[in-house]
Amino acid sequence: MSPTFYLYLSAILFTIGSLGVLLRRNAIVVFMCIELMLNATNLALVTFSRINGTLDGQIMAFFVMVVAAAEVVVGLAIIVSVFRTRRSASVDDVNLLKY
Amino acid sequence: MPTAVLASSLQAGGPETAVFWILAPLAVLFALGMVFSRNTVHCALMLGAVMLILAVFYAAQDAPFLAFVQVIVYTGAVMMLFLFVLMLIGVDTKDSLAEMLRGQRIAAALAGIGFLLLLFTGIAHASIHVSKGLHDVNYPASSANSGLVDNGGNVYEIAKLLFDRYVFAFEATSALLITAALGAMVLAHRQRHTPKLTQRELMQQRFKFGTHPTPLPGPGVYARHNAVDTPALLPDGSPSALSVPAAVELVSEQHGRRPLPAELGSSAAAHHPASGKGEGAS
Repeated sequence: MSPTFYLYLSAILFTIGSLGVLLRRNAIVVFMCIELMLNATNLALVTFSRINGTLDGQIMAFFVMVVAAAEVVVGLAIIVSVFRTRRSASVDDVNLLKY
Repeated sequence: MPTAVLASSLQAGGPETAVFWILAPLAVLFALGMVFSRNTVHCALMLGAVMLILAVFYAAQDAPFLAFVQVIVYTGAVMMLFLFVLMLIGVDTKDSLAEMLRGQRIAAALAGIGFLLLLFTGIAHASIHVSKGLHDVNYPASSANSGLVDNGGNVYEIAKLLFDRYVFAFEATSALLITAALGAMVLAHRQRHTPKLTQRELMQQRFKFGTHPTPLPGPGVYARHNAVDTPALLPDGSPSALSVPAAVELVSEQHGRRPLPAELGSSAAAHHPASGKGEGAS
Protein backbone atom coordinates (compact mmCIF):
# COMPACT_ATOMS: atom_id res chain seq x y z
CA MET A 1 0.00 0.00 0.00
CA SER A 2 1.05 3.55 -0.53
CA PRO A 3 2.84 4.99 2.51
CA THR A 4 1.07 8.30 1.90
CA PHE A 5 -1.83 7.11 4.04
CA TYR A 6 0.50 6.96 7.03
CA LEU A 7 1.40 10.59 6.36
CA TYR A 8 -2.28 11.53 6.29
CA LEU A 9 -2.86 9.70 9.55
CA SER A 10 0.15 11.45 11.05
CA ALA A 11 -1.25 14.83 9.96
CA ILE A 12 -4.64 14.02 11.52
CA LEU A 13 -3.08 12.92 14.81
CA PHE A 14 -0.84 15.98 14.94
CA THR A 15 -3.82 18.26 14.37
CA ILE A 16 -5.85 16.52 17.07
CA GLY A 17 -2.93 16.93 19.46
CA SER A 18 -2.56 20.63 18.71
CA LEU A 19 -6.32 21.08 19.13
CA GLY A 20 -6.06 19.44 22.54
CA VAL A 21 -3.27 21.81 23.53
CA LEU A 22 -5.46 24.74 22.50
CA LEU A 23 -8.69 23.50 24.07
CA ARG A 24 -7.83 21.72 27.32
CA ARG A 25 -7.13 23.46 30.62
CA ASN A 26 -5.65 20.63 32.67
CA ALA A 27 -1.87 20.83 32.46
CA ILE A 28 -1.44 17.04 32.43
CA VAL A 29 -3.86 16.63 29.53
CA VAL A 30 -2.08 19.41 27.67
CA PHE A 31 1.10 17.42 28.20
CA MET A 32 -0.51 14.26 26.89
CA CYS A 33 -1.57 16.15 23.77
CA ILE A 34 2.02 17.28 23.26
CA GLU A 35 3.05 13.62 23.50
CA LEU A 36 0.46 12.78 20.85
CA MET A 37 1.95 15.42 18.55
CA LEU A 38 5.45 14.00 19.08
CA ASN A 39 4.15 10.51 18.32
CA ALA A 40 2.48 11.71 15.13
CA THR A 41 5.77 13.24 14.06
CA ASN A 42 7.52 9.96 14.77
CA LEU A 43 5.05 8.14 12.54
CA ALA A 44 5.80 10.61 9.75
CA LEU A 45 9.57 10.16 10.25
CA VAL A 46 9.30 6.37 10.12
CA THR A 47 7.22 6.65 6.95
CA PHE A 48 9.76 8.99 5.37
CA SER A 49 12.45 6.49 6.24
CA ARG A 50 10.51 3.80 4.40
CA ILE A 51 9.84 6.05 1.39
CA ASN A 52 13.46 7.08 1.02
CA GLY A 53 14.87 3.65 1.70
CA THR A 54 17.31 4.86 4.37
CA LEU A 55 17.32 4.39 8.11
CA ASP A 56 18.05 8.04 8.96
CA GLY A 57 14.37 8.73 9.57
CA GLN A 58 14.23 5.97 12.15
CA ILE A 59 17.29 7.39 13.89
CA MET A 60 15.56 10.77 13.98
CA ALA A 61 12.43 9.18 15.46
CA PHE A 62 14.66 7.54 18.06
CA PHE A 63 16.11 10.91 19.04
CA VAL A 64 12.62 12.40 19.18
CA MET A 65 11.69 9.65 21.63
CA VAL A 66 14.72 10.43 23.82
CA VAL A 67 13.94 14.15 23.84
CA ALA A 68 10.26 13.40 24.57
CA ALA A 69 11.21 11.25 27.55
CA ALA A 70 13.44 14.00 28.97
CA GLU A 71 10.74 16.58 28.32
CA VAL A 72 8.09 14.52 30.09
CA VAL A 73 10.29 14.10 33.16
CA VAL A 74 11.01 17.82 33.51
CA GLY A 75 7.49 18.90 32.57
CA LEU A 76 5.78 16.62 35.04
CA ALA A 77 8.17 17.80 37.76
CA ILE A 78 7.17 21.38 36.93
CA ILE A 79 3.48 20.41 37.10
CA VAL A 80 4.00 18.76 40.49
CA SER A 81 5.85 21.77 41.91
CA VAL A 82 3.20 24.16 40.56
CA PHE A 83 0.52 21.97 42.13
CA ARG A 84 2.30 22.17 45.47
CA THR A 85 2.19 25.95 45.55
CA ARG A 86 -1.14 26.58 43.83
CA ARG A 87 -3.17 23.42 44.68
CA SER A 88 -4.29 23.29 41.06
CA ALA A 89 -3.26 21.63 37.82
CA SER A 90 -5.11 24.09 35.63
CA VAL A 91 -3.06 26.19 33.24
CA ASP A 92 -5.28 29.19 33.96
CA ASP A 93 -4.09 29.42 37.57
CA VAL A 94 -0.47 29.90 36.58
CA ASN A 95 -0.71 33.62 35.85
CA LEU A 96 1.97 35.22 37.99
CA LEU A 97 3.87 36.45 34.94
CA LYS A 98 0.76 37.85 33.27
CA TYR A 99 0.96 41.56 32.29
CA MET B 1 -12.20 8.08 3.03
CA PRO B 2 -14.70 6.89 0.41
CA THR B 3 -15.43 3.21 0.29
CA ALA B 4 -14.26 2.89 -3.31
CA VAL B 5 -10.77 3.92 -2.31
CA LEU B 6 -10.97 1.58 0.65
CA ALA B 7 -12.05 -1.36 -1.50
CA SER B 8 -9.42 -0.72 -4.16
CA SER B 9 -6.66 -0.36 -1.63
CA LEU B 10 -7.81 -3.49 0.13
CA GLN B 11 -7.58 -5.37 -3.14
CA ALA B 12 -4.22 -3.86 -3.96
CA GLY B 13 -2.50 -4.33 -0.63
CA GLY B 14 -1.81 -7.26 1.56
CA PRO B 15 -2.27 -7.69 5.29
CA GLU B 16 -0.61 -4.35 5.96
CA THR B 17 -3.46 -2.56 4.22
CA ALA B 18 -6.04 -4.38 6.28
CA VAL B 19 -4.15 -3.62 9.49
CA PHE B 20 -3.91 0.02 8.53
CA TRP B 21 -7.59 0.45 7.73
CA ILE B 22 -8.62 -1.30 10.93
CA LEU B 23 -6.23 0.47 13.27
CA ALA B 24 -5.98 3.96 11.77
CA PRO B 25 -9.65 4.89 12.43
CA LEU B 26 -9.25 3.44 15.91
CA ALA B 27 -6.20 5.62 16.49
CA VAL B 28 -8.07 8.71 15.34
CA LEU B 29 -11.05 7.81 17.56
CA PHE B 30 -8.82 7.27 20.58
CA ALA B 31 -7.02 10.56 19.94
CA LEU B 32 -10.33 12.42 19.68
CA GLY B 33 -11.53 10.69 22.83
CA MET B 34 -8.38 11.81 24.60
CA VAL B 35 -9.04 15.43 23.69
CA PHE B 36 -12.74 15.39 24.56
CA SER B 37 -12.86 13.08 27.60
CA ARG B 38 -13.47 14.85 30.90
CA ASN B 39 -11.88 12.12 33.00
CA THR B 40 -8.10 12.49 33.08
CA VAL B 41 -7.47 8.79 33.62
CA HIS B 42 -9.52 7.99 30.51
CA CYS B 43 -7.36 10.49 28.63
CA ALA B 44 -4.21 8.69 29.75
CA LEU B 45 -5.59 5.25 28.80
CA MET B 46 -6.65 6.45 25.36
CA LEU B 47 -3.24 7.99 24.76
CA GLY B 48 -1.72 4.62 25.70
CA ALA B 49 -3.97 2.93 23.14
CA VAL B 50 -2.88 5.39 20.43
CA MET B 51 0.77 4.72 21.29
CA LEU B 52 0.26 0.95 21.05
CA ILE B 53 -1.41 1.34 17.64
CA LEU B 54 1.51 3.46 16.48
CA ALA B 55 3.85 0.70 17.64
CA VAL B 56 1.98 -1.69 15.35
CA PHE B 57 2.39 0.77 12.49
CA TYR B 58 6.14 0.99 13.13
CA ALA B 59 6.36 -2.78 13.04
CA ALA B 60 4.41 -2.82 9.79
CA GLN B 61 6.78 -0.28 8.26
CA ASP B 62 9.98 -2.29 8.74
CA ALA B 63 10.95 -0.54 11.98
CA PRO B 64 10.82 -3.35 14.56
CA PHE B 65 13.38 -1.67 16.83
CA LEU B 66 11.30 1.50 17.07
CA ALA B 67 8.15 -0.56 17.61
CA PHE B 68 9.67 -2.19 20.67
CA VAL B 69 11.15 1.08 21.92
CA GLN B 70 7.72 2.66 21.49
CA VAL B 71 6.10 0.00 23.65
CA ILE B 72 8.82 0.05 26.29
CA VAL B 73 9.49 3.78 26.50
CA TYR B 74 6.11 5.29 25.74
CA THR B 75 3.45 2.88 26.92
CA GLY B 76 5.76 1.54 29.60
CA ALA B 77 7.66 4.44 31.10
CA VAL B 78 6.03 7.65 29.93
CA MET B 79 2.44 6.54 30.47
CA MET B 80 3.32 5.17 33.91
CA LEU B 81 4.88 8.53 34.75
CA PHE B 82 1.73 10.29 33.57
CA LEU B 83 -0.52 8.04 35.65
CA PHE B 84 1.80 8.41 38.64
CA VAL B 85 1.63 12.20 38.54
CA LEU B 86 -2.11 11.97 37.91
CA MET B 87 -2.59 9.98 41.09
CA LEU B 88 -0.19 12.25 42.98
CA ILE B 89 -2.03 15.41 42.01
CA GLY B 90 -5.45 13.90 42.49
CA VAL B 91 -7.65 12.20 39.97
CA ASP B 92 -10.63 14.35 40.87
CA THR B 93 -9.15 17.64 39.71
CA LYS B 94 -11.86 18.48 37.22
CA ASP B 95 -11.17 20.41 34.09
CA SER B 96 -12.90 23.76 34.18
CA LEU B 97 -15.18 24.14 31.20
CA ALA B 98 -15.51 27.91 31.49
CA GLU B 99 -14.20 29.65 28.43
CA MET B 100 -11.58 32.14 29.51
CA LEU B 101 -11.22 33.91 26.18
CA ARG B 102 -14.34 34.58 24.16
CA GLY B 103 -14.52 32.59 20.95
CA GLN B 104 -11.33 30.70 21.73
CA ARG B 105 -12.83 27.29 20.99
CA ILE B 106 -14.23 28.37 17.64
CA ALA B 107 -10.92 29.97 16.74
CA ALA B 108 -9.03 26.84 17.82
CA ALA B 109 -11.31 24.58 15.78
CA LEU B 110 -10.97 26.81 12.71
CA ALA B 111 -7.19 26.92 13.12
CA GLY B 112 -7.12 23.14 13.45
CA ILE B 113 -9.16 22.60 10.30
CA GLY B 114 -7.02 25.09 8.42
CA PHE B 115 -3.83 23.44 9.59
CA LEU B 116 -5.15 20.01 8.62
CA LEU B 117 -6.07 21.26 5.14
CA LEU B 118 -2.62 22.79 4.80
CA LEU B 119 -0.93 19.50 5.74
CA PHE B 120 -3.22 17.46 3.48
CA THR B 121 -2.58 19.64 0.45
CA GLY B 122 1.14 19.53 1.19
CA ILE B 123 1.14 15.73 1.33
CA ALA B 124 -1.06 15.46 -1.75
CA HIS B 125 1.26 17.73 -3.73
CA ALA B 126 4.34 15.82 -2.67
CA SER B 127 3.35 13.05 -5.12
CA ILE B 128 4.86 10.14 -3.25
CA HIS B 129 3.93 7.07 -5.22
CA VAL B 130 6.94 4.85 -5.11
CA SER B 131 8.45 3.89 -1.80
CA LYS B 132 11.83 2.24 -1.87
CA GLY B 133 11.15 0.11 1.18
CA LEU B 134 13.60 -0.87 3.82
CA HIS B 135 14.22 -4.54 3.19
CA ASP B 136 17.48 -3.98 1.30
CA VAL B 137 18.66 -1.58 3.99
CA ASN B 138 17.69 -3.82 6.88
CA TYR B 139 19.26 -6.91 5.36
CA PRO B 140 22.16 -5.73 3.19
CA ALA B 141 24.11 -8.95 3.41
CA SER B 142 21.26 -11.23 2.44
CA SER B 143 20.37 -9.10 -0.57
CA ALA B 144 23.97 -8.76 -1.76
CA ASN B 145 24.64 -12.48 -1.82
CA SER B 146 21.39 -14.22 -1.28
CA GLY B 147 22.94 -17.51 -0.30
CA LEU B 148 24.16 -16.02 2.96
CA VAL B 149 22.30 -16.56 6.19
CA ASP B 150 20.38 -13.73 7.76
CA ASN B 151 23.08 -11.19 8.49
CA GLY B 152 22.32 -7.79 9.88
CA GLY B 153 18.78 -6.74 10.56
CA ASN B 154 17.10 -3.54 11.58
CA VAL B 155 18.69 -3.29 15.03
CA TYR B 156 22.14 -3.98 13.66
CA GLU B 157 21.83 -1.36 10.93
CA ILE B 158 20.42 1.24 13.33
CA ALA B 159 23.30 0.59 15.72
CA LYS B 160 25.79 1.06 12.89
CA LEU B 161 24.27 4.44 12.04
CA LEU B 162 23.83 5.49 15.66
CA PHE B 163 27.39 4.78 16.74
CA ASP B 164 29.00 5.97 13.54
CA ARG B 165 27.36 8.89 11.80
CA TYR B 166 25.20 10.08 14.69
CA VAL B 167 27.58 9.36 17.54
CA PHE B 168 27.88 13.00 18.61
CA ALA B 169 24.12 13.42 18.71
CA PHE B 170 23.95 10.22 20.71
CA GLU B 171 26.46 11.55 23.24
CA ALA B 172 24.54 14.82 23.41
CA THR B 173 21.38 12.89 24.31
CA SER B 174 23.18 11.32 27.26
CA ALA B 175 24.01 14.81 28.52
CA LEU B 176 20.37 15.78 27.93
CA LEU B 177 19.07 12.82 29.91
CA ILE B 178 21.37 13.53 32.86
CA THR B 179 20.31 17.18 32.81
CA ALA B 180 16.65 16.16 32.73
CA ALA B 181 17.08 13.80 35.67
CA LEU B 182 18.87 16.49 37.68
CA GLY B 183 16.25 19.06 36.72
CA ALA B 184 13.42 16.79 37.83
CA MET B 185 15.16 16.21 41.16
CA VAL B 186 15.69 19.95 41.70
CA LEU B 187 12.13 20.83 40.71
CA ALA B 188 10.37 18.13 42.66
CA HIS B 189 12.53 18.58 45.76
CA ARG B 190 10.56 20.06 48.63
CA GLN B 191 12.31 22.61 50.80
CA ARG B 192 11.80 21.82 54.49
CA HIS B 193 10.57 24.91 56.32
CA THR B 194 10.42 23.50 59.84
CA PRO B 195 13.27 21.53 61.44
CA LYS B 196 12.89 17.77 61.36
CA LEU B 197 11.62 16.40 64.67
CA THR B 198 13.95 14.04 66.45
CA GLN B 199 12.76 10.77 67.92
CA ARG B 200 12.86 12.27 71.42
CA GLU B 201 10.73 15.25 70.39
CA LEU B 202 8.25 12.96 68.67
CA MET B 203 7.98 10.86 71.85
CA GLN B 204 7.48 13.94 74.02
CA GLN B 205 4.81 15.23 71.69
CA ARG B 206 2.96 11.92 71.87
CA PHE B 207 2.87 11.95 75.62
CA LYS B 208 2.12 15.68 75.94
CA PHE B 209 -1.16 15.46 74.05
CA GLY B 210 -2.04 12.24 75.81
CA THR B 211 -4.02 10.59 73.07
CA HIS B 212 -2.53 7.16 72.58
CA PRO B 213 1.21 6.84 73.22
CA THR B 214 1.64 3.33 71.88
CA PRO B 215 0.94 2.18 68.34
CA LEU B 216 -2.68 1.25 67.73
CA PRO B 217 -3.63 -2.44 67.73
CA GLY B 218 -3.87 -4.15 64.36
CA PRO B 219 -7.08 -5.51 62.88
CA GLY B 220 -8.29 -8.95 63.80
CA VAL B 221 -7.08 -12.07 62.03
CA TYR B 222 -9.56 -14.92 62.09
CA ALA B 223 -9.95 -18.19 60.30
CA ARG B 224 -12.37 -16.73 57.79
CA HIS B 225 -11.82 -12.96 58.10
CA ASN B 226 -8.66 -10.93 57.98
CA ALA B 227 -9.81 -7.72 56.30
CA VAL B 228 -8.75 -4.37 57.74
CA ASP B 229 -12.31 -3.59 58.77
CA THR B 230 -12.52 -6.64 61.06
CA PRO B 231 -11.82 -5.51 64.62
CA ALA B 232 -9.53 -7.47 66.90
CA LEU B 233 -10.94 -9.03 70.05
CA LEU B 234 -9.85 -7.82 73.45
CA PRO B 235 -8.93 -10.40 76.14
CA ASP B 236 -12.47 -10.27 77.51
CA GLY B 237 -13.96 -11.09 74.11
CA SER B 238 -15.23 -7.64 73.19
CA PRO B 239 -14.18 -6.11 69.83
CA SER B 240 -11.63 -3.31 70.02
CA ALA B 241 -12.76 -0.17 68.18
CA LEU B 242 -9.18 1.10 68.12
CA SER B 243 -8.06 -1.77 65.92
CA VAL B 244 -10.09 -0.46 62.95
CA PRO B 245 -8.92 2.81 61.39
CA ALA B 246 -11.61 5.49 61.48
CA ALA B 247 -11.54 6.00 57.72
CA VAL B 248 -12.00 2.28 57.05
CA GLU B 249 -14.86 2.12 59.53
CA LEU B 250 -16.52 5.08 57.83
CA VAL B 251 -16.24 3.46 54.40
CA SER B 252 -17.56 0.10 55.57
CA GLU B 253 -20.49 1.87 57.26
CA GLN B 254 -21.22 3.72 54.04
CA HIS B 255 -21.22 0.43 52.16
CA GLY B 256 -23.62 -1.04 54.70
CA ARG B 257 -21.17 -3.61 56.02
CA ARG B 258 -21.29 -4.74 59.61
CA PRO B 259 -18.26 -3.75 61.63
CA LEU B 260 -17.84 -7.36 62.72
CA PRO B 261 -18.64 -10.72 61.13
CA ALA B 262 -21.96 -12.07 62.35
CA GLU B 263 -20.72 -15.03 64.37
CA LEU B 264 -17.99 -12.99 66.10
CA GLY B 265 -20.32 -10.09 66.77
CA SER B 266 -22.97 -12.29 68.35
CA SER B 267 -20.49 -14.10 70.58
CA ALA B 268 -18.92 -10.83 71.66
CA ALA B 269 -22.30 -9.27 72.28
CA ALA B 270 -23.28 -12.25 74.38
CA HIS B 271 -20.25 -11.66 76.59
CA HIS B 272 -20.48 -7.91 76.81
CA PRO B 273 -23.71 -6.38 75.61
CA ALA B 274 -22.59 -2.74 76.01
CA SER B 275 -19.05 -3.07 74.71
CA GLY B 276 -17.70 -2.19 71.28
CA LYS B 277 -16.80 1.46 71.09
CA GLY B 278 -16.26 2.50 74.67
CA GLU B 279 -12.83 1.20 75.55
CA GLY B 280 -10.87 3.52 73.28
CA ALA B 281 -10.94 6.63 75.42
CA SER B 282 -10.27 5.05 78.79
